[in-house]
Amino acid sequence: MKFTISILVTAALSFATCLFLPWWSIAIAAFVVAAVIKQSAAKSFLSGFTALFLLWGFLSFYISSANGHALAQKISLVLLKMDNVWVLIFATALIGALTAGMGALSGSFITPRK
Amino acid sequence: MKIIPFLISTALTAGLVFLLNNSWKIGGNNTPLFGAFLSPQHGFWQNAEAVNSDFSDELSFPKLKGKTSVYLDERLVPHIFAEQENDAYFVQGYLHAKFRLWQMELQTHAAAGRAAEIIGDKALNHDREFRRLGMVYAAEIAVTEMSKDPVIKSECDAYTEGVNAYIKSLTESTLPLEYKLIGYTPELWSNHKTALLLKYMSYDLAAHEKDFEMTNALSFFSAADFEKLFPYKQDSLDPIIPKGTSFLKQTVFPVAPATADSAYFKQPVQAAESQKPDMANGSNNWAVSGSKTKSGAPILCNDPHLGLNLPSLWYELQISTPAFNAYGVSFPGAPGVVIGYNDSCAFGFTNGGRDVRDYYEIIFKDDSRKEYLFNGTYHATNFRVDTFKIKGQPDFIDSVAYVKLGNDVCPVMFDKSFGGKRTDNSKNYAVRWTAHDPSNELRIFNQLNHAKNYADYQAAAQNLRTPGQNCVFACKNGDIALRTQGNWPAKWKGQGDFVMPGTDTSYLWKGFIPQDEVPYQYNPERGFVSSANQKPVDETYPYYIGRVYPLYRGYEINKRLSAMNNITADSMMQLQTDNYNCFAAMAMPFILKSINAASLNAGEQQYFSILKNWNMRHDVGSVGATVFVNFWKEFETAVFADEYAKAPENVERPLESTLLEAVLKDSAWKFIDNITTPQTETLADNVTAAFKKAAISCKAAQLNGKLVWEKYKATHIDHLAKLPAFSRDNLPIGGGTHIINATRDTHGPSWRMVIELTQKTNAHGVYPGGQSGNPGSKFYDNFIDTWATGKFYELWMMVKGEEKDSRIKWVMSFTN
Repeated sequence: MKFTISILVTAALSFATCLFLPWWSIAIAAFVVAAVIKQSAAKSFLSGFTALFLLWGFLSFYISSANGHALAQKISLVLLKMDNVWVLIFATALIGALTAGMGALSGSFITPRK
Repeated sequence: MKIIPFLISTALTAGLVFLLNNSWKIGGNNTPLFGAFLSPQHGFWQNAEAVNSDFSDELSFPKLKGKTSVYLDERLVPHIFAEQENDAYFVQGYLHAKFRLWQMELQTHAAAGRAAEIIGDKALNHDREFRRLGMVYAAEIAVTEMSKDPVIKSECDAYTEGVNAYIKSLTESTLPLEYKLIGYTPELWSNHKTALLLKYMSYDLAAHEKDFEMTNALSFFSAADFEKLFPYKQDSLDPIIPKGTSFLKQTVFPVAPATADSAYFKQPVQAAESQKPDMANGSNNWAVSGSKTKSGAPILCNDPHLGLNLPSLWYELQISTPAFNAYGVSFPGAPGVVIGYNDSCAFGFTNGGRDVRDYYEIIFKDDSRKEYLFNGTYHATNFRVDTFKIKGQPDFIDSVAYVKLGNDVCPVMFDKSFGGKRTDNSKNYAVRWTAHDPSNELRIFNQLNHAKNYADYQAAAQNLRTPGQNCVFACKNGDIALRTQGNWPAKWKGQGDFVMPGTDTSYLWKGFIPQDEVPYQYNPERGFVSSANQKPVDETYPYYIGRVYPLYRGYEINKRLSAMNNITADSMMQLQTDNYNCFAAMAMPFILKSINAASLNAGEQQYFSILKNWNMRHDVGSVGATVFVNFWKEFETAVFADEYAKAPENVERPLESTLLEAVLKDSAWKFIDNITTPQTETLADNVTAAFKKAAISCKAAQLNGKLVWEKYKATHIDHLAKLPAFSRDNLPIGGGTHIINATRDTHGPSWRMVIELTQKTNAHGVYPGGQSGNPGSKFYDNFIDTWATGKFYELWMMVKGEEKDSRIKWVMSFTN
């Protein structure tokens, strides 16, 4: 349950901070959530990771679908030298996931022990 | 708290963020900032415009004086209805920025010699050359001149405010895609940037003289050979102003210095521009009078041939104010409609192409360049010290000497520290260019947008100094006209064809052709006016106008228009996209007559039969066009390669028309013989040898599946940053050099327009691009297929009361 709540809160907080702050605010959001909702280090990492993997994966897929994937196709040619929208969406999700996972892991270590 | 794991983990997190938040050099390319670039809320995903994106908006800016409504139609063309004229320019600036900001800034950075700030030291040579040409100096003079004109000043101020209103509204997520990809942010717009854009057009259209190349040719060939290779007279010339037109009496008499023949440099020059505007930057325009049209109303047509890029050079729009109502294409970066029509008349341009940039050799007292010799004494040089910011590197500082030659201040473009594409330059060349002279080019567009009749047009046109243009005009009252407008130096024969001595006044320009001696036509008897960059007048015109002009488009257009009657807009659209090659048609008889067909082997015979049966058209699917083009390339090599083998680098080569006209007149023309062999080659030998070589290239093309003309030519429209994913290649379109449809590989009709001035104007147009500069928008390149297939869009001059028309998809309102 804690795990699911962590994921949901991390995703929501990341989305909110990114409306005003740079992209790396997802690390801070994940950090804060992990510091407040106490879990093991591994679980914290995994919830931060999962939250942003889902958030960025969903957002990029959603935006790209409305665009008919036209731009993602072009960018995947520029960045990946191949025409594969899915890999680009995966890469986006992974970068968000790693950053947030690491933020959450760091946050998990300052949670006071009960 | 677990201190050590916390510290390690936090450091790793910070390291990861650092890694993803910086640009890295991988394989010679700089990566984007991956974190920011891939973030769905900040990065490129934000530029992936929804296919059903809503462009409607309600905006308010205190600078506005009244209300402006912008109706965006289904092609994303804005119809701007403003209560106040200057508000319209504010909104135009806002829209230009909203849809084309990156391109506007890139073009003006390039014009200002600031490309290295964005792309690094590989652009430094370009940047130095542009600043040494005095591009920034010229733009500063233009801003001063514009500021003296209250109408243009307030127009420009409003435009700049509009651009900046948009730039200030940008956030990280709404930045144009290219800024995110390359990793920089836009700076604010200014009137100076608008002036830079206009100077960039001057560079593009009025800087392709061949002084260095011609001087090298003169130094290498005998005077007699030089005249043969670069004749002043062209046999097939059908000038813009028809032969037999009488000109006003000459009032300015340029006199050649006594030393002109001998002093003209007989040694090769060492400097060379590292880049030149495309020689083919030209265009077609014509207007037919009502006497030749089915409707009885004049029809005006224009298609400017320029480098084709994405985003396109042009942005289409309608501007409607209480004072005027104009529709057409504009330059993102400048206010007003440049080529288009209003409720009374239509207007368009082709390039004048005359030589208005000359080089003078300067003698400095010593290497410090502090003093230069002029009229026997040394004068103090002015220095302009330029700092170049270079991405990822320390600044570079260049000091450019400015010398005063007579009354003209000229930058010393080439000296010991800068030889253009040459590294071993030891001489100094100052540049005298009309684009440095005070002028107020925006006035012509302002006045044409407002023009109601011929007198208005005539007054408007005379504001255009550089780049000089053939300005075509047609009016609903039936008038048609064409002025070969520009600020043309009055030259003695040959003046400025070569680098000239700059040590005294004798070789300087002594004056300009007075505006009332500028050749023009107004309602000529033949019922049409036309221009296609050919020589504007024949040899009876009293002033010298240079020797490098393309012949054939003008020849063909005049021939067709003379023969046509009951002309309709449709037949004009057909003519504008016509693929007939009259150059090939003139050449074919001598080719077929001279070739030694018996000596061709079976494979060569196959291509020869294609050529023989060719219809002289460069249509999609034509193979004859490919064979002909390859043949002509080899034929030129067969004729000239031997004479040019030992020529200096950077030397001018004869025009294709010169070779054709020479062999048509004289089958034993001097250059036909190969001077490296003991025997004397004949025209038949050259033609046959060239054809055999062409057959080899054709075979290679055929094996690659590229024998059909459109694949061989491979027209492509590149993104300005040359990213293939943002470009369009292998467009199925015919045409080519010498052809009315002048579409080459990366160059061609950048806007096609046919305006029939019936009571309700019947207007059509198309350009190879799209209204949005965003590669993530469906409006990025959506006109290209229409353009490539020779089709047009109907242009809609919206009127009040049509606000509910089904063509309108979005409305933007601007208030104060």
